[in-house]
Amino acid sequence: MPGRIVLQHADIARALTRISHEILESNRGPESLVILGIPTRGVILADRIALAIGDITGQPIAVGALDVTMYRDDLAQHPTRTPSPTRVPAGGIDGATVVLVDDVLYSGRTIRAALDALGDIGRPRAVRLAALVDRGHRELPIRPDFVGKNLPSAQGERIFVRLTETDGEEFVSIASPDTPPQTDQPTTGGPTR
Amino acid sequence: MTSTILIRAAAMTDGSRSDILVRDGIVAELGGGLSATGATVIDADGLIALPGLVDLHTHLREPGYEQSETVLGGSRAAAAGGFTAVHAMANTSPVADTAGVVEQVKALGDAAGYVTVRPVGAVTVGLAGTQLAEIGAMASSRARVRVFSDDGKCVSDPLLMRRALEYVTTIDGVVAQHAQEPRLTEGAQMNEGTVSGELGLPGWPAVAEEAIIARDVLLAQHVGARLHVCHVSTAGSVEVVRWAKARGIHVTAEVTPHHLMLTDELVRSYDARFKVNPPLRREEDVLALRAGLADGTIDIVATDHAPHPEESKDCEWDVAAMGMIGLESALSVVHSAMVETGLLDWAGVARVLSSTPARIGGLAGYDRGIAVGAPAELTLYDPAASRLFGTADLRGSAVNSPFLDRSLPGRILTTVHAGYPTVLDGELVDVDTVARSAGATRG
Amino acid sequence: MRHLLSTRDLDRATAIEILDVAEDMADVQQRAVRKLPTLRGRTVVNLFFEDSTRTRISFEAAAKRLSADVINFSAKGSSVSKGESLKDTAQTLAAIGADAVVIRHPASGAPQVLAQSAWIEAGIVNAGDGTHEHPTQGLLDAFTIRRRIHGDAARGRDLDGIRVTIVGDILHSRVARSNVWLLSSLGAEVHLVAPATLMPVGVGSWPATRGYDLDEALATKPDVVMMLRVQAERMSAAFFPTAREYSRYWGLDDRRFAMLGAGSMVMHPGPMNRGLEISSRAADSAKSTVLEQVANGVSVRMAVLYLVLSGEKGETP
Repeated sequence: MPGRIVLQHADIARALTRISHEILESNRGPESLVILGIPTRGVILADRIALAIGDITGQPIAVGALDVTMYRDDLAQHPTRTPSPTRVPAGGIDGATVVLVDDVLYSGRTIRAALDALGDIGRPRAVRLAALVDRGHRELPIRPDFVGKNLPSAQGERIFVRLTETDGEEFVSIASPDTPPQTDQPTTGGPTR
Repeated sequence: MTSTILIRAAAMTDGSRSDILVRDGIVAELGGGLSATGATVIDADGLIALPGLVDLHTHLREPGYEQSETVLGGSRAAAAGGFTAVHAMANTSPVADTAGVVEQVKALGDAAGYVTVRPVGAVTVGLAGTQLAEIGAMASSRARVRVFSDDGKCVSDPLLMRRALEYVTTIDGVVAQHAQEPRLTEGAQMNEGTVSGELGLPGWPAVAEEAIIARDVLLAQHVGARLHVCHVSTAGSVEVVRWAKARGIHVTAEVTPHHLMLTDELVRSYDARFKVNPPLRREEDVLALRAGLADGTIDIVATDHAPHPEESKDCEWDVAAMGMIGLESALSVVHSAMVETGLLDWAGVARVLSSTPARIGGLAGYDRGIAVGAPAELTLYDPAASRLFGTADLRGSAVNSPFLDRSLPGRILTTVHAGYPTVLDGELVDVDTVARSAGATRG
Repeated sequence: MRHLLSTRDLDRATAIEILDVAEDMADVQQRAVRKLPTLRGRTVVNLFFEDSTRTRISFEAAAKRLSADVINFSAKGSSVSKGESLKDTAQTLAAIGADAVVIRHPASGAPQVLAQSAWIEAGIVNAGDGTHEHPTQGLLDAFTIRRRIHGDAARGRDLDGIRVTIVGDILHSRVARSNVWLLSSLGAEVHLVAPATLMPVGVGSWPATRGYDLDEALATKPDVVMMLRVQAERMSAAFFPTAREYSRYWGLDDRRFAMLGAGSMVMHPGPMNRGLEISSRAADSAKSTVLEQVANGVSVRMAVLYLVLSGEKGETP
């Protein structure tokens, strides 16, 4: 296990439930809501939030995935990223309130890319942002609307998000820079974000 | 300036150790404990004394292609490789198809003085393959041409080849055939086989060489002439020559150092240094050529030293020039391919790189090797040395060697030509000194 | 991926990755806004030493949809100093600041020579070299086959067990070479059909079976029949006697087309000689993938340009 655990499995579930309620509340109901996750783990979180909102309201919520790879501004500075599929709900996003979901909010550049990507897909009425963890250090004027946990961190520290669907285990941890990288696990919210 | 050179304790090709005293252009004495006052003394402990190497197939490019190489530059490359005589191919501009051109080439070689330059005369006018060149005039010129070749092109017209074989008999010369059926090799870029199929390069099939050799040995038999086959490159060609020799046909054959070591797998790099004609063949061919050289089917090693300027190789494969240089690396390659493999001893090396090519070329003085009274043509070779062959080892104008960045055994330390040194301590003797020595020798 | 020079040196995982990225690109082609900002500020040069409008516009569309700046350089060089001109042209493009060079060249290996040279640092994409390879054509063919078979579930899939018959001038076809290496590494079973004169020497070592009889090959109900273009100049060089005889033995005419299985597909890299290697009925049928191949070509080339131009310099594939 890398670093110190900051959210256990149950903490994550609680955070997502709270976020789901907050989304409903701010949207004044489930109307025209579209939840879009940012790959990889944001997609899983989006699915869970959509499911939770559906359970609360009793009606299915449009959910999808929004890959931002092709909109990143740092492609030449990092090893080639393989994009993931973008899945837009059948109804599209025109006029909808889109909630972007990511696991860790850091510099804000991913969200900047996501906003650009969104603009090429359609014209939502409003865009909101949900993040499981906000670790600070924003480099752009971007602010989350819904946060699972605010986690003050140092720049060199790394945040690991593990979800059952992708990792077979579930927690959020924080590790100092000298922690040996896990061989088969991509780090999330590391310095590259 | 005549030199007296005393070489101490060289290993001779028969396995003995001997001092060698060179005086007045000839080997004056052999034996132990020799002395001579005023002699340049060379310690040859651990070195092999080989008779001066003779290349039957060199392209010196002058006149006409001086941007590739000159007689002087090519002569220096030859001396650095242990050669004391080279046969300069006729595909110059103008073509060496008249007495005037061959005499000019010989004169340039004499003036340079690093090696004996023996011009090869063209078989046909302008290498065009239609009309016999003035073979008699070239033979009786001061160049005394005895080898005739359209090398670079095949004398493909069977009737013309028959006439050439017959006609050359009258001056005791030999036709050296570049065996390449032209129609079967139109646009050919490399050996036709698995690799050419994968790389999508037009193939040069083995049969295009073998068919011409087969035709020519039968023609030679029919007209009672002797035939020399240039750069044999395929296992099938070795078979044909072996068959011809068994029938008593007067055929001799040469193989190049590169065909004894390199294969068409190298073409996968599309590095034009490996583009040559005939092309690099398969591993099976390399092994058959080595075996043929070892058992005497193939008589000699000849370099087909073909200098090209950098721009002719620094380009796409299709438009690159064919040919590679080989004088500086020849002995090391033969050492690696034939001696280290146990196929040939050093006496055998002397045979395939000195006495036999001299005999085929009608060049006197090499028949007895290093012997008392014989012209002092010899080279001292350190067989224990090893080097990463590089451009620093090249002494001519061109750098299109396929052996660059390869580890090769051995090193030439001294070359003596006509009794004076052309290479000392592994370095070429300077141009002026060699020219003066050559001038003095001519008297 | 530093360069794309051939499919022979693509392993299965890399090939699938390219095809998967192409799926994402294909999705973008379905949107109202078909353009991505990915390669903004990067310069792609289409360096064509041979005319090929189809391939050039496909690469041009791909580069533009990724927001790259595109320079078309038609360099049908003089035969006198082609060697010099490739070097000089490459150095010129380097000086201009090309980030990627898409090269079509009549000399086999020219893209590799460019990639190995010190003339230019740019990523090199082979858009067809002599009779060697045409790797993006192979990739778009593989992509087309995979999409036809697996539809929306194509991502991550290989071509295990798919039987592909390639018919025609194998000897001179860079399309055939790229397909043989790629399709076989993706798990397809490749069968080659051609007159013996158009079968390369050494084809026995290729990962494909061979035959001379097209009817025999079609009787085995292959999943894919890929017809290659017959070049007119092959006839004058006596590779086969007449166009009519070629068509009779190796053309996909109506009779042979009727032999094909229900789920099979007919491919052709274009441009087609209708009535020679393929009949109009076959070319225009629902089995034909010809237009899909063209559309997919853009997606696949977008994927290739993205993979060559993203990532740090010097990164190995």
